[in-house]
Amino acid sequence: MTLTRFLAVARKEVIQILRDSRSLIIVVIMPVVLVLLFGYGVNLDLKGLPVYVYDRDGSQQSQDLLKRFQASAYFDVVRVVNDYPALARSLDDGHAKMGIVVPWDFSERLHEGRPVQVQALVDGSDDNTANVLIGYAQAVVQGYSSDIQLDWLRNRGQLAQLAAVSVETRTWYNEDLESSAFIVPGVLALVMSVIGAFLTSLTIAREWERGTMEQLISTPVTPVEIMLGKLVPYFIIGMFDVVVCALIAIYWFQVPFRGSFLTLLVSSAMFMVVVLSLGFFISVISGSQLAASQIALLITFLPAFLLSGFLYSIEQMPIVLQWITRILPARYYVSVLKKIFLKGTPTALLYPDLVPLAVFTLVLALLATRSFHKRLA
Amino acid sequence: MTEQPQSAIIAERLTKSFPGVRAVDHLSFDVSSGEIFGLVGPDGAGKTTTLRMLAGIMPPDEGTASVAGFNVARDPEGAKHHLSYMPQRFGLYEDLTVDENIRFYADLFGVRKSEREDRSTQLLQAAGMAEFRKRLAGKLSGGMKQKLGLVCALTHRPKVILLDEPTTGVDPVSRRDFWRILYELASEGVAILTSTAYLDEAERCHRVALLHQGKLLFCDTPANLKAKLGKGVLSVTSSDPRRSRDQLEHAAGISSLVLTGDGLHVVVDDAARRIPEFEARLNSAHVPFDTIQQVTPTIEDLFVNAVSSGASVHA
Amino acid sequence: MRSAVERQSMPDANNSVVIENLLKKFGDFVAVDRINLAIRKGEVFGFLGPNGAGKSTTIRMLCGLLTPTSGRAQVAGYDVGREPESVRQNIGYMSQKFSLYNDLKVIENIRLFAGLYSVPSNQLRERIEWALEMANLKGQENLITGTLPGGWKQRLALGCAVLHKPPVIFLDEPTSGVDPISRRQFWDLIQHMAEEGVTVFVTTHYMEEAEYCNRLALIFRGRIVALGTPSELKQKSMQGELLLVECEPLGSAVEVLQSAPDVMDAAVFGNALHLVVRDAAAAIPQVQKYLSDHSITVGHIEKIRPSLEDVFVSLTSTHDSEKERTA
Repeated sequence: MTLTRFLAVARKEVIQILRDSRSLIIVVIMPVVLVLLFGYGVNLDLKGLPVYVYDRDGSQQSQDLLKRFQASAYFDVVRVVNDYPALARSLDDGHAKMGIVVPWDFSERLHEGRPVQVQALVDGSDDNTANVLIGYAQAVVQGYSSDIQLDWLRNRGQLAQLAAVSVETRTWYNEDLESSAFIVPGVLALVMSVIGAFLTSLTIAREWERGTMEQLISTPVTPVEIMLGKLVPYFIIGMFDVVVCALIAIYWFQVPFRGSFLTLLVSSAMFMVVVLSLGFFISVISGSQLAASQIALLITFLPAFLLSGFLYSIEQMPIVLQWITRILPARYYVSVLKKIFLKGTPTALLYPDLVPLAVFTLVLALLATRSFHKRLA
Repeated sequence: MTEQPQSAIIAERLTKSFPGVRAVDHLSFDVSSGEIFGLVGPDGAGKTTTLRMLAGIMPPDEGTASVAGFNVARDPEGAKHHLSYMPQRFGLYEDLTVDENIRFYADLFGVRKSEREDRSTQLLQAAGMAEFRKRLAGKLSGGMKQKLGLVCALTHRPKVILLDEPTTGVDPVSRRDFWRILYELASEGVAILTSTAYLDEAERCHRVALLHQGKLLFCDTPANLKAKLGKGVLSVTSSDPRRSRDQLEHAAGISSLVLTGDGLHVVVDDAARRIPEFEARLNSAHVPFDTIQQVTPTIEDLFVNAVSSGASVHA
Repeated sequence: MRSAVERQSMPDANNSVVIENLLKKFGDFVAVDRINLAIRKGEVFGFLGPNGAGKSTTIRMLCGLLTPTSGRAQVAGYDVGREPESVRQNIGYMSQKFSLYNDLKVIENIRLFAGLYSVPSNQLRERIEWALEMANLKGQENLITGTLPGGWKQRLALGCAVLHKPPVIFLDEPTSGVDPISRRQFWDLIQHMAEEGVTVFVTTHYMEEAEYCNRLALIFRGRIVALGTPSELKQKSMQGELLLVECEPLGSAVEVLQSAPDVMDAAVFGNALHLVVRDAAAAIPQVQKYLSDHSITVGHIEKIRPSLEDVFVSLTSTHDSEKERTA
């Protein structure tokens, strides 16, 4: 392996990337666009939800509590009613998403320092929304006084149930329930899939299609030099894009970053090697650039999008799919990302994710290296 | 010019088959330093496959290929340092400039920077391309791409050059320029193996091997091959070629007769004897004609004669 | 618009292609510079020239694919500028590298092109039979086209290009890479068609194909610089006569002769030299002496007939240097 030959291949790849407007756009603009798109565009947040109120106390304190609901961006107190049936009706015909009932002894119990419960009725037909609303309401209520418990009922015409506070990571660690914080870290995985796998998948196939590969393999250059020369530029570009996207996430979208930056870099580097190896391998086995790019998208981008836990939580998936995600490198990477950004998990606790990722890295790198021969049939 | 004792290229019973077809069938020939050797034959004759085996990028099924003293099948990478291969479709990167292409290939062969600069300047100058250094290879004309391909192939001073149909689709003027460069290289001792489907181009080679369906028909200098034909070739010029053909078709002594644009191309057993006979025939039928002359046989004549008679003449 | 009667009474009734002062400019660049040609019915006419000389542009105009900047051209009686659709319906075109579909059967390719050329249904069967006969593929209609040997594919491609019996056909290097025997059979076919009155227009770099043409035109820098039968071109268009010189050492002989008086051009050709001189008879003894004076052993010198390629190169370099002088 000589440095000169490796550098020659790498230099050529860089020149070609810079001169090809298509790949330049993918490399420079697409990552930023993706982050912005998912940051702004995909909004799972619910805001300004109509609330009906039944205030049985009518005291200064109850008024204060209700004002808090009104002040919250999530709620919009639309009407005050005077009985349960009216409240139930409002939920039934959809005029309200939630109904709040303040008990008659609200202010009295507060004054005496005794625990008090405020009831919230939620339209239970939409489970997701219901959960979110409970969470919001809980936040508002606890903001007013930690003495107050929110006793919420699902309006199904059944007996009221008391439910535990949700243990969803989202609710605990993402207090404002900003879904951009939830999504944006995963976007890094998407970006790297595109750069690492999609672009790389074109590289070998293109040389065959254009006829340059035949001459290339007639020179003394070795397969390893060709592979490294082609992949190292994409590696550097990919890591650069990761850092840029991370910075946008942190400073523009105010996504919290609580973990180790070094761990972020290392895990990103590992995932980068994974997707690069995959892309290279796909390029070697595909007959054409067209086939290569389609396979790359199918194998890397789609799973990263749908099954990595980036957008849709893995725990909510059917069991079969959950098992499938275990063989997706993206799943482990996204998990690491979220833990680093949102939880600040110490690196030692990340091994359940890092080890599988490392295994994938080694296996796929080996696969890619072995796949390329300087031979025609 | 000192003779190298050992041949620069030796092919011995090279064989390669693909599903359903034997592309190269026990081919044997050799090329000396300073020789321009032509592999000639129509599409599908086995030229590209032979070149690929010699270049070390396709392993033969049987036989050995030796280039610059290296057994290509056993040590392809050793051989590659001393050869250059120009495949049929140019190995140029269209999105790189002339300079960048040259530098790329020079680096792959380990040519030092100073050597590369000197050599490429000299070569580009000789090829008349000095002012196109910064131009993208994709923007060059066909003839220039071809010359650039050659420059890239020459920076590391290979002992052997393998060219696969380098002049296809190129007009005769550019073709002549290209051959001028080849002759200079040959005089410097480089062994050149080039393939072509243009039969008239075979005449420019020092020695020629005619391939047909993977087999060697014959291998010798063009002059020797023509002398061995043992027949005479006549050219009849006439303003009514069709009538001339009708008159002469069934005359005695003809092995083949082809209608050309302005006359006939006839292969006969004895030129001196048949010329007056044909003249008499045409005159008595009042067919207008200008001349009947003996001409040198073309490579095509040799080819057709060999294939149709089923014989092969080995040198 | 001229009426059919007027068309018939025009003096170029015997000419199937007439080109008058045809000009094509791309911006400031003059690709085709006022060319004039008249090609007879049943003639096999060859168009030679370096790449970029204006050949393809001219062909495209004649095929009704490009509008002339000025001048006119008539193909099969239709004006290419005003009636390009009619022109296209009356021509056949066969491209350089095989243009049929390799994964279709022979008969499927024929039917496809019959459809593309709108062969009327009452003629369909007869034309299909004819095409199969011509390509020698009767009884083999169901073979996959890709499996046919090269020469047969070319004939099939030709058959498909003329299913609609066009009076004029354009062939672009139709037999390059084809083995010589198949090539001769192919050209036999072409000449048959020409005998039946089809005009054949050929473009090629392949001098062997050029020899099959009744007349040749050499285009250089948008202009016709030579026109005539192959023999005429070899005799008259060559600027000088050609000598074959066998001597040792070849390399230095070339250099020496480049500066010899009366030698217009000297080049290596295989194991000998080709010299262009003004007068062969006078030059032979002169060259002999010149070479011996420079200690070069002379084996053999003789006058040889120039090939079409010699003519081609000689003409284009003459015009090149003329242009440089006037520039």
